[in-house]
Amino acid sequence: MPTFVYMTRCDGCGHCVDICPSDIMHIDKTYRRAYNIEPNMCWECYSCVKACPHNAINVRGYADFAPLGSSVRVIRDEEKGTIAWKIKFRNGTEKNFLSPITTKPWGKYIPQLADATSPSKDMRDGELLFNEPKYIRLDEGGLHTLESNGLTLKEGVYY
Amino acid sequence: MAYKTIIEDDIDILVAGAGLGGTGAAWEARFWGKDKKIVIAEKANMDRSGAVAQGLYAINCYMGTRWGENNPEDHVRYARMDLMGMVREDLAFDMARHVDSAVHQFEEWGLPIMKDPDTGNYMREGRWQIMIHGESYKPIVAEAAKKSADKVFNRICVTHLLMDDAKENRVAGAVGFNVRTGDYHVFKSKTVICGAGGASNIFKPRSVGEGAGRVWYAPWSSGSAYGLMIGAGAKMTQMENRIVLARFKDGYGPVGAYFLHLKTYTQNCNGEEYESKWFPELSKMVGKAYLDTEGQHVSHKPIPTCLRNHAFINEVAAGRGPIHMITMHSFQDPHLEEVGWENFLGMTVGQAVLWAATDVDPKYENPELTTSEPYVMGSHATGCGGWASGPEDLSPPEYFWGYNRMMTVEGLFGAGDAVGGTPHAFSSGSFTEGRLAAKAACRYIDDGKGDGIVVSDDQIRNRGEEIFKPMEHYKIYRNEIVAGDVNPHYINPRQGLDRLQKCMDEYCAGVTVNYMTNEKLLNIGLKKMKIMEEDFENLAAKDIHELLRVWELKHRFLTSESVFQHTLFRKETRWPGYYYRGDHMKLDDEDWHVLTVSRRDPKTGEYTMEKAPLYHLVGEKDEMEDKGLKDIKAKEAKK
Repeated sequence: MPTFVYMTRCDGCGHCVDICPSDIMHIDKTYRRAYNIEPNMCWECYSCVKACPHNAINVRGYADFAPLGSSVRVIRDEEKGTIAWKIKFRNGTEKNFLSPITTKPWGKYIPQLADATSPSKDMRDGELLFNEPKYIRLDEGGLHTLESNGLTLKEGVYY
Repeated sequence: MAYKTIIEDDIDILVAGAGLGGTGAAWEARFWGKDKKIVIAEKANMDRSGAVAQGLYAINCYMGTRWGENNPEDHVRYARMDLMGMVREDLAFDMARHVDSAVHQFEEWGLPIMKDPDTGNYMREGRWQIMIHGESYKPIVAEAAKKSADKVFNRICVTHLLMDDAKENRVAGAVGFNVRTGDYHVFKSKTVICGAGGASNIFKPRSVGEGAGRVWYAPWSSGSAYGLMIGAGAKMTQMENRIVLARFKDGYGPVGAYFLHLKTYTQNCNGEEYESKWFPELSKMVGKAYLDTEGQHVSHKPIPTCLRNHAFINEVAAGRGPIHMITMHSFQDPHLEEVGWENFLGMTVGQAVLWAATDVDPKYENPELTTSEPYVMGSHATGCGGWASGPEDLSPPEYFWGYNRMMTVEGLFGAGDAVGGTPHAFSSGSFTEGRLAAKAACRYIDDGKGDGIVVSDDQIRNRGEEIFKPMEHYKIYRNEIVAGDVNPHYINPRQGLDRLQKCMDEYCAGVTVNYMTNEKLLNIGLKKMKIMEEDFENLAAKDIHELLRVWELKHRFLTSESVFQHTLFRKETRWPGYYYRGDHMKLDDEDWHVLTVSRRDPKTGEYTMEKAPLYHLVGEKDEMEDKGLKDIKAKEAKK
C-alpha cells in the first residue's frame, strides 16, 4: 500500500529519502517535509516506515482494491533486536506480533576477510570458497564432486 | 550536460547491483583478492535494496547436507523436475554444493534461523526451505559486503557496461548516474560482476492505478541484469521461461509457508479439489515422463509449479473460480495462525495490510488466490538469464570457457537473476553464486586476463551524452506545449512503460489473453517493438528521478525484446501454466529438449538464436539414488 506522511510529525530529516529502494520518498520543496512522489511504484516494503524516527509515515491501502479504515503499524528496534507489529482491521480487530530481527549485536560477528589467513595455492586452484569445507558436509569430507557422488553429466533426455 | 563527471579508476572488481548476489560477490572477493580494489555501485541504498529489501521469512534453498538431509544432486533433480527438464545442471549442482556454507554463516552473523525443537536442526518448512526471522536479512548481508568493499556508491543507476577499446568483446567497467545529484559516474574496472535484478512490470499487471506497485517481484527490479548484459552483447539463455505465480489475490502474499508448513490447500468455488481432474489431459500435452498421473503419488515427485498453475487457470476458465486457500482449519491452531501472519509481515507486508483493510481473517474465511501476470527472472521457479560458464571440475565443453559464472563477454560475471539456467537458487543460492563469481573474477585478474584495458574518451563522452539525452530532449520540446504530458515530440517514462506492458501482455502471452500466444502474434508484437524502440529514443525526463525511470524502462525494453525472440524460437509449449504457444500446444522432446541461447548484436540490434545441448546429472545406476526422498518415504511409512 502506498505510503503517506503526516504533516505534523515529519520534520524533513530525510531518513526515508535515504532508504527508499524505489526512490519515491522525496522532500517537498514548499513544506520541507517528505512525501511519496510515485505511489504506483511503491511496494509497501515499509523500509521508510521502519526508518522514520518520528513514526510520521504510514500506509494507506492501494486505492484500486483496499478499503479505508485499517492500519498496520511497526516499530523496529535495532538495540533490542526486535520488530513489533500492530495490525488494526477495518472492523476494529487488533492483532500484535513481535519477532527477533537479529541474534547478535550489529555487524560484530561478521569477519573482516582482509584479516583472514590468505588462501593457499591449492585452495585458489580448487573449488572451495572461504570457510569451506566447514558446514557443507556431515562427515569430514571435502566438496561434493561428480566423482565423489558417483555422477556423470550426460547429454540427452533424462527426467 | 550540467552535471559533474566523476571517474573511479583502477577498479579490479566492480559489483553492479548489490542485492543478495552482489553482496555475496563483494564479501567473498576480499578473501581471494586481499589487495584488490572492490567497488559496489547500487541503484538504491544497499541496506534495503533488491528483492530482499523488505525481508524474508524463509530461506528456500538449503540442502542440510550437514544434517544428512539432502545431497546437491537431489536439489538438481528437483529443479529439473520443476522446470520440465530445462536446467543448467552443472551450475545448479555447483550452487547446491556450496549453499549450506552461506546459510550457516548468515546464522553466525546474527540472522535468526528457527530451530526444530526435536532435532535442534534448522526448522524445515519444506524439503528445501528453512524458516527464519528475516526482517533484517538484507541489512545483515549488506554489512558483510561493506566490510569487504573499498568503496560503496549508493544511488547510482548503472545504465551501460563499458567495453574495452583495445580488445573485442572484453568488459572494461560500467557507467551510470547518481539519481540524487545527477552526476555522471564512470567506473573503469578489470571485471564486472553483474548482480542487478530480474524484471517486474514488463507485463501489464492485474492491478490498476496505484495498485500497479503491488507487483509480486519488487517494482525496482527493472530487468537491469538483462538490459546491461544484452546491451553489451552477452549471450542469454531461457529468456522465454517467464514465471507466473499462484498467490493470494491482489496482495500477492507468498503461499510457500501456507502449503508446506501450515498444510493449507486449495479448492474451487464449490469446495472441491480440482487439480487432479486436469492432469490426465495435461499428461497428454507434456508426456507421461513429466506428469505421471497414476504414478505421481508413488514416485513422490512434486508436481511442477507450471502444471499446477495450468490446473488453476483452467478451473477458473471453466467457471469454477475463485480458487480458495483453505486456511480456516489450520488457523484454529494459534501457533500456526501466528506463523501465517508473521510470514506476511516478514516479507509481504502489503498482504497483511490488504487483509486488515478488507477484514479478511483467515481463521474465519478462506482467502482467494489468483495467478499473477508473468515475470522474467532467474532465481525463483524459473531460470532466465545470461549464458554463463560453469566450474572447471563439472562442466562439459559446451558449458565451459575458462571461468566460473563468466558470461560470453570476457571479464563479465554474474550472480542471482543475472545467471540463466539456475532456477531455485533463491536468496541463499544467489548469494552463493556471487561468492563463486567473485572467486573466479579474482582468478581472471591474477591470470592477467584484465591487463591492458583501454577506455577511450570517446566512449565515455558518447555514453554520457546518451544517458542524459532524455533531459535535453525534454528541455528542447517542453515549451512547445502549454502544459501537461501530451507532446508530439516525446513520451514520458510512465507512458512508455504502459505501452511496453500492453504490447507484452497482448502479444507475448500476458494475463489478459490467458497466457496464450503464437507465431503470428509474436511477429506482430516484434514489429511493434521495433517501432517502440525508435520512439524510446524520444523518451523525455523532466528531472533526474524521471531519468532513472527512463533507464529502467530501457532495460525493461531490452529484456522484453529478448523474451519475444526466445518465445518465438521455442516452437513448443514446454511450461503449460507459464505460457502457451497456441500453434504448438505440446511439449516436444524430440526437437526442443535443449536450452535456447540468443545474442543481440549491439551494433545492429539483430538477434541470432541457437540451441544448446542439455546435459543431465546421471547416477551410476540409471536413476540417481535419492537418499533424502527415501528418508521422507520412511517417515511417512512410520506414520
